[in-house]
Amino acid sequence: MTDAIIRFDKVVKRFGDLTVLDELDFEVKKGEKVSIIGPSGSGKSTVLRILMTLEGIDGGVVHVDGEPLWHELREGSLLPASEAHLRRMRSKLGMVFQQFNLFPHMTVMRNITEAPVKVLGLGKKEAQLRAEELLDLVGLADQAKKFPHQLSGGQQQRVGIARALAMRPSILLFDEPTSALDPELVGEVLTVIGRLAEEHDLTMLLVTHEMRFAREISDRVCFFDRGQIREEGTPDELFTDPSEERTREFLKAILD
Amino acid sequence: MLFGFEWDLTNPLNFAISILPILLVGMWVTIQATVLGFFVALVLGLFLAVLKSARSRFIAWPARLVTEFIRDTPLLVQLFFLYYVLPEYGIVLPAFMTGALALGIQYSAYTSEVYRAGIEAVGRDQREAARALNLSAANTFTHIVVPQAVPRIVPAMGNYLVSIMKDVPVLSVVTVLEMLNVAKIIGDRTFDYLVPLSLVGCLYLVMTLVASAGVRVLDTYLPKQGLPLK
Ligand SMILES: Nc1ncnc2c1ncn2[C@@H]1O[C@H](COP(=O)(O)OP(=O)(O)OP(=O)(O)O)[C@@H](O)[C@H]1O
Ligand SMILES: [Mg+2]
Repeated sequence: MTDAIIRFDKVVKRFGDLTVLDELDFEVKKGEKVSIIGPSGSGKSTVLRILMTLEGIDGGVVHVDGEPLWHELREGSLLPASEAHLRRMRSKLGMVFQQFNLFPHMTVMRNITEAPVKVLGLGKKEAQLRAEELLDLVGLADQAKKFPHQLSGGQQQRVGIARALAMRPSILLFDEPTSALDPELVGEVLTVIGRLAEEHDLTMLLVTHEMRFAREISDRVCFFDRGQIREEGTPDELFTDPSEERTREFLKAILD
Repeated sequence: MLFGFEWDLTNPLNFAISILPILLVGMWVTIQATVLGFFVALVLGLFLAVLKSARSRFIAWPARLVTEFIRDTPLLVQLFFLYYVLPEYGIVLPAFMTGALALGIQYSAYTSEVYRAGIEAVGRDQREAARALNLSAANTFTHIVVPQAVPRIVPAMGNYLVSIMKDVPVLSVVTVLEMLNVAKIIGDRTFDYLVPLSLVGCLYLVMTLVASAGVRVLDTYLPKQGLPLK
């Protein structure tokens, strides 16, 4: 309980009349690698977007690193978070987007150094040195001067990973990082994510349809269905012997 | 004689050649009014665009109202207003300045829409990526949104540059000696309007063609994905 770095406490999220998250309880331990699977529209992306502060909540409390994310404790009561609080909390998290969301007008190098320089206040030289290390890590050491449109999708996504890592987050969120890729480019991105997963400090939350990969790298897999966690467990438990009928149906449909 | 140049009425060709330098003086005024008016339109338009997209309704609404008002009243009315009303409140500007300002204000309503459309065309994904990286709102605007909006904005702005140029003759009603006004004065004095007015038409054609070509060149050399600052 106390070592949870992420905790959703009866979180409600609505879009108009549609309740996307319905009193969701959810926990992730520090350093844990959790995969989120589930049918389209079940609220998987919403969970990540709430954590990345791209989407607010309508009820409940989200805790990150022991502090409420969307609230601030002032004079003994929980009040909606100020932008300053959100900025501070946001620095703990990083996100890798399905469509990469790289900045098309900047070189790969500038994509990675922009935020460290502007937000963390790093010197340009230092930021570039670190960017080079990160590019090396994702296998793109020789692509620093290129623009995103000159790279393949797989390369772009690896830049996206390097860009997120450059902000030194302790939690990294992946929203279907390989769904927009041609099948032959999926492997190179998964290899990079797999390598990151071996690092024990980093907490990872991965929404994916790559079941084999989820099984390999996750400590725990959560099956989302209609804004609730229908079933969760170790990859072996969930994939070989799911107890819920819905999970079985979903896995059967996706594995065929 | 005008501006120290004599004209030669022996035949139309000589007449045309002799008044060309005079018209070029007027053309220089036209160019200056265009450039100054365009500059005002670009700056004021950006200012209006930012206000219009402000999250607070108390800022966005008045800005929208002002834009609508500017757009729905004739340039001539605004020009007369600045020229005759402002001095009553102690603000006396030279006719040229007043004219360029009126052009700039009128066109700021249009340029603000160009900016707004350009800014909105930069996708939500870009703003979200910036937010996830904790970039401030100001940094996101200046380093992510504006550089990507510029290539989308340039062609439309180029059209307004040409429009402003063609609206400069309106300034003649407040005594600005731009090209058309000069041609009219020559006509008044020589009773030959055909030659000076035809020349004005030709010179305008040259100016607008050059301006359009310039914009097109700029457009082809601007990277489509955007231009980072620094
Ligand atoms: N901004 C929004 N406005 C309205 N409805 C939204 C918005 N964002 C998401 N939704 C709806 O919320 C529901 C959950 O969306 P979410 O993106 O979390 O699903 P998901 O599990 O990630 O699905 P997928 O596998 O298709 O990505 C969907 O029905 C979606 O249509
Ligand atoms: Mg999704």
